[in-house]
Amino acid sequence: MRKIIDWLEHRTGLESAIKNFLYEDIPASSGWHQIIGSMAVFFFIVQVFTGGLLAFNYAPTPGDAYNSVKYIVTELTGGSLIRGLHHWGASMMLIIVVLHMMQVFLYGAYKKPREATWMVGVVLLLITLAFGLTGYLLPWDNRAYWGTVVTTQIAGQAPVAGPYLTRLLGGEGSVGNVTFSRFYALHTVLLPPLTIILIGIHVFLVRRHGVAPAVGDTAPRRKFFPEQVFKDTVGVTIGFLILFTMAVVAHVPLGKLADPTDTTYIPRPEWYFLFLFQTLKFFKGPLEAVGSVVLPGVAVLALFLIPFIDRGPMVRLGKRTFAFAFAALALIAWSGLTTAAIMTTPASAEEEVAPGTPALQAWQQLTPTELQGLGYFRKENCKACHPGAAKRGIGPDLTQIPAPHRNAAWMIPHFKQPAQVVPGSAMPPVQLDSAALDALSAFVLKMTPQNDEGLRATPDFAVQGATIYQANHCSACHQINGAGTKMGPPLNGVGGHRDRAWLEKHFRDPKSMSPGSIMPAYNFSAQEMDSVCQYLLQLPK
Amino acid sequence: MDDEHQSQEPAVELSPTRRSFYIKFIYGVMSAIGAALAVPAGIYLLFPPKAHKENEWVDAADLSRLPTGTPEEISFQRTRVDGWKVSSEKATAWVVKTADNQVTAFAPQCTHLGCAYHWDEPTHNFVCPCHTSAFSIDGKVLAGPAPRPLDRYEVKIDGNKLQIGPLERHA
Repeated sequence: MRKIIDWLEHRTGLESAIKNFLYEDIPASSGWHQIIGSMAVFFFIVQVFTGGLLAFNYAPTPGDAYNSVKYIVTELTGGSLIRGLHHWGASMMLIIVVLHMMQVFLYGAYKKPREATWMVGVVLLLITLAFGLTGYLLPWDNRAYWGTVVTTQIAGQAPVAGPYLTRLLGGEGSVGNVTFSRFYALHTVLLPPLTIILIGIHVFLVRRHGVAPAVGDTAPRRKFFPEQVFKDTVGVTIGFLILFTMAVVAHVPLGKLADPTDTTYIPRPEWYFLFLFQTLKFFKGPLEAVGSVVLPGVAVLALFLIPFIDRGPMVRLGKRTFAFAFAALALIAWSGLTTAAIMTTPASAEEEVAPGTPALQAWQQLTPTELQGLGYFRKENCKACHPGAAKRGIGPDLTQIPAPHRNAAWMIPHFKQPAQVVPGSAMPPVQLDSAALDALSAFVLKMTPQNDEGLRATPDFAVQGATIYQANHCSACHQINGAGTKMGPPLNGVGGHRDRAWLEKHFRDPKSMSPGSIMPAYNFSAQEMDSVCQYLLQLPK
Repeated sequence: MDDEHQSQEPAVELSPTRRSFYIKFIYGVMSAIGAALAVPAGIYLLFPPKAHKENEWVDAADLSRLPTGTPEEISFQRTRVDGWKVSSEKATAWVVKTADNQVTAFAPQCTHLGCAYHWDEPTHNFVCPCHTSAFSIDGKVLAGPAPRPLDRYEVKIDGNKLQIGPLERHA
């Protein structure tokens, strides 16, 4: 072992570099109050580690993000722990960065010659907030979506820069693919290396000027290792135990899939932005930008320039009355605003999706008629010319049908004789009976840019099951997704209380399973039975 | 080190027992934290996703249309659970029907490195274009580097319908 280390030392100087770093002289007055900086570095490493693990199973597009997070949390062993560590780690990180800053502020350790160290620190605080803001969008649930809608709108209020900021964040029009990709790129590509570089500079500057000693500390200096490292390690351990417990015990929310048409959702930012959210309420009308952009901007600038505002020599902690008063005031204001924001938050109307329930697939939201229409869509090979949203095909993108044509009355004659309704159309007439054409148009009308990909991936059993359901006129007595009648029991969520064997027996002989049932018996083939049962069992609640 | 009011004396040394306690604590605790992160990470990456029942059977062909004694490549649609997605995709199989209506369905990849093989009529063998593995009509390895016979799908016959299920598991 020694030999390997010596070899490495001779070639790289690694050992002496590490020793040089660890055996730095620090003032005798260093101690427990200075462990927070090391803790911040530790939690940053935890974030990088858990973030990397999440990225291994995360699909960064609005179409897939939500389902892949769901997959991480419900399908992968340890997935919810990793997500928990990353989620709560973000909050931990922020608390620790703020505590670190508070400590430096109270001690006045930003004074000459350490102004630059402080300023780099302020940038690191802003980056920590930027991580929180961009990471918030990535699960792509309602909370993420609506939170980001508000954020991009606020950025848009900035004087002069507003429209450019909005464009830069891809928030022009609405939050969608572009914003998502940019937030993801910021969160995973741009910010991490930037943070590493700035931490490097920050630590270099700390080393350059030495750890700030207390006033009048003339005692002999000590080594950083192992005494101070021991204290840092105790701090790290306590922090990590808290984080790990949170990740195991506290459930990380994943709400419903982001729904831009949901008008009932009440957006709220992450807890550490609540004070800004509350501040905004005090500014109405044209003054709104003052609360949303100007005031926070001025505050950040003031924070940045503190070393130049407070230029006196270092004094004892006890004499920094003004600094203490200021910090206390800031803390009271922050807590007050945050509490007010929490108090005024109505109880969330959103039912959280219970952990363990798989995400709703696009087809599960269709009625049987629409699913049957999808069957005709496949049978007639419509996809040959209409290959999907954002793909080039001979025919138009069916998710973007102009409003005057978005109805069955226009569509069905067009199906029958395309060229007569759209002169010059190269589409061959669809040779189906009128019930089939109704179903086909019902399906096409359901296609949106959001569900297009999902609908096209509908499993065969669902299409076949729905087709059998329609062919046997089941909707005369039953209801699925709001279509049909309630003469018999509605079938949504039937998988919750019936199993496959029960359904099969019930189809073959309804009375044997539900005495008094007036449902006729159905003798499906094995294949038909398979499709129809799978379809029914996977209906959403 | 440009703070003027600091002593330039050499740094004080810790007592050996203290020093050794600190160092043991640092190494011990850091290793424990490292393990608390590495073990869940290993489980997360290496454990398979929680099992999905994939016992689906699909109608793949009409029995009467299959030639007797000559392999036929058929294609069919099946659903596949792919990570966070369930998708419907095209799959193929080489199907052999014997005179007594017994059907074998081979998975369409060579058991060597997964190339698509084909039926070579003149030699009456399945031949892989990659490394010239050859298989008999019942899937046995005749030549080349293939380590085991062709993989088979489970099959069921329902009237005139040939149904294809999951891959047979090899011991």
